[in-house]
Amino acid sequence: MAEHENAPNDSIIVCEDVHKWFDDFHVLKGITTSFEKGERAVICGPSGSGKSTFIRTLNRLEEHQRGTIVIDGVELSDDLRNINLIRQEVGMVFQQFNLFPHLTNLQNITLGPIRVRKMTKSEAEEIALSLLERVDIADQAYKYPSEISGGQQQRVAIARALAMEPKIMLFDEPTSALDPEMITEVLDVMRELARSGMTMLVVTHEMGFAREVADRILFFDEGAIVEDAAPADFFDNPQHERTKLFISQTLQH
Amino acid sequence: MRKAYYTVEERELTQAMKPPAHTKGPARWIKDNLFNTWYNVLLSCLALICIFFISKALLTWAFTEAKWGVIPANLQLFGVGAYPREQIWRVWSVIYILCVLVGLSAGMWGGLVFRFAVVLGGVWFIGALLPFELSTRGWFLGAVAITAAALFLGRGRTALRPWILGGWLLSFPLIMIVLRGFGENSVLTSNWGGLLLTLILAVVGIVVSFPLGVFLALCRQSNLPAIRWVSTAYIEMVRGVPLITILFMGNILIPIFMPGLDINQVLRMGLAITFFSAAYMAENVRGGLQGIPRGQHEAAQAIGLNYVQTMLFIVLPQALRSVIPAIVGQFIALFKDTSLVAIIGLIDLLGVARSVIANPDWFGLQAEVYLFAAIIYFVFSYSMSYGSQEIETALGVGEH
Ligand SMILES: Nc1ncnc2c1ncn2[C@@H]1O[C@H](COP(=O)(O)OP(=O)(O)OP(=O)(O)O)[C@@H](O)[C@H]1O
Ligand SMILES: [Mg+2]
Repeated sequence: MAEHENAPNDSIIVCEDVHKWFDDFHVLKGITTSFEKGERAVICGPSGSGKSTFIRTLNRLEEHQRGTIVIDGVELSDDLRNINLIRQEVGMVFQQFNLFPHLTNLQNITLGPIRVRKMTKSEAEEIALSLLERVDIADQAYKYPSEISGGQQQRVAIARALAMEPKIMLFDEPTSALDPEMITEVLDVMRELARSGMTMLVVTHEMGFAREVADRILFFDEGAIVEDAAPADFFDNPQHERTKLFISQTLQH
Repeated sequence: MRKAYYTVEERELTQAMKPPAHTKGPARWIKDNLFNTWYNVLLSCLALICIFFISKALLTWAFTEAKWGVIPANLQLFGVGAYPREQIWRVWSVIYILCVLVGLSAGMWGGLVFRFAVVLGGVWFIGALLPFELSTRGWFLGAVAITAAALFLGRGRTALRPWILGGWLLSFPLIMIVLRGFGENSVLTSNWGGLLLTLILAVVGIVVSFPLGVFLALCRQSNLPAIRWVSTAYIEMVRGVPLITILFMGNILIPIFMPGLDINQVLRMGLAITFFSAAYMAENVRGGLQGIPRGQHEAAQAIGLNYVQTMLFIVLPQALRSVIPAIVGQFIALFKDTSLVAIIGLIDLLGVARSVIANPDWFGLQAEVYLFAAIIYFVFSYSMSYGSQEIETALGVGEH
């Protein structure tokens, strides 16, 4: 009986009829969904369907123009205090890593804890070093991002997000900019994160990862959620024509 | 095809390879670069002939005809203009304040600052060796001693760095007060002149126009239309008007707008130069800001940094670093442009040069005097340019 629609208490993200326009272009056309604590959702869909835009509205990198988004009980609005609160709870990992090139890997990670969480430098460095250990690149702490590989950079970026001790992690195609041999090392880190119970929303084309890790797969098309199902149902018994086409196309190669 | 695996021997081979060393002698370099084709041979020969005749004429003049006596005879004038002789200790006090700060900074930061302090100490030392009056040589020697002592005291005390930065900030008003003095003994700013005036105008201009320019650039990028428009209008207006016009307007308009305040001419010119330079500075900085990818802003926001923190820790360090050459170019231009204040009657370095020439005692010595002034301008401008290159290397511009 207690489906997630009816039990908002457990939901850490609740979206109600979210709309977004870029000028006249309707990108998100009424997204209504919610995510529970510890849930691992994969978001997929064709290019330009609004996947990035959707997860970017969740930490207000994009502003939505209609509907409501509530993150861990706090509604996203123009209120700057709420935005800052929510950004501390929501970590984000970008396709292009977006590490700060003028800071060492360690400083990339400690910046947020020191400036936002007001930790002392030594506390923050302790946490940063243990996170680098966790993503398996402790030996790269004092190098600059330009001196390490793409896969390592993305792992630093994950550590940077984790250093803020977020309750939710958003990933926007975290492996799309990587050479094939580096994809595994990043996915391994994400698998480990999933096992640790983190709430994760992952936009990705890695269907193997989706099938293995996700509790739920959401399929976006033209700014709307077309299919929302457990991986087994999604791959073996898709309901919507667009989903069937997408699955047959992605599984071909 | 890239190989995924190498045999042990292959790997040792690849590791043992070193890039071929570039050790060419100077003769080889000249041959390769200046005499490699028939037209380069022709051009090089022409250039050599020109250089030969020009330098021959110049050197002959400099060592046989030129009457350099005009320079030492007017050295104090070149240095401080009409600043009264019996108050000259004020200028030396200012130099000593700066020596203390430079010495302490050199001790605490080392590297480039240290080398700067050593060069500065060397300059004072040479001054002490030159045949000036005994008291002047004493002042020079004092400067050497103070720089060295401060350097020694500051050695390795990195914890005190913030205090020294504060000291530099405070030194600014302090220097003005020391130079001016109080009561009947005070030195009117209308008597400030020569290199002293040139440097004061340049330093005020640089130190104030830089943050102002950064601020204007940030405003020009603001999301709020009103702020953006005001800043854009200011920048475009200033850039559309020659500096001379702004100096004239500053001279006349500032007293009209602020009738209660007695703003002296030096300050007025300092303000005018600052406001002028800030507009150009803003455009330089804007170039740097636009080069920062949007992802940097987004990543900063995503970890919860607010606007000020994002700018301070992420955007500006990268943006400013990338435009150091342009910014220093602007500093150099400003330094040279201070010579325009002669137009409204201030006697800066160039003004002194002109008044020396106008003196019947030194009639007909334009070439000597102007050349001397040019050399002074060059030494300062080139030092800034050199410093900028050093800073770029130290920060690794274009690397990280
Ligand atoms: N800042 C913007 N201004 C205008 N249009 C935008 C902007 N950002 C995205 N769009 C448009 O919105 C649509 C959705 O973009 P979005 O990036 O969300 O798609 P996506 O599903 O993530 O696609 P992809 O798989 O290519 O990343 C696209 O048509 C895109 O061109
Ligand atoms: Mg996208």
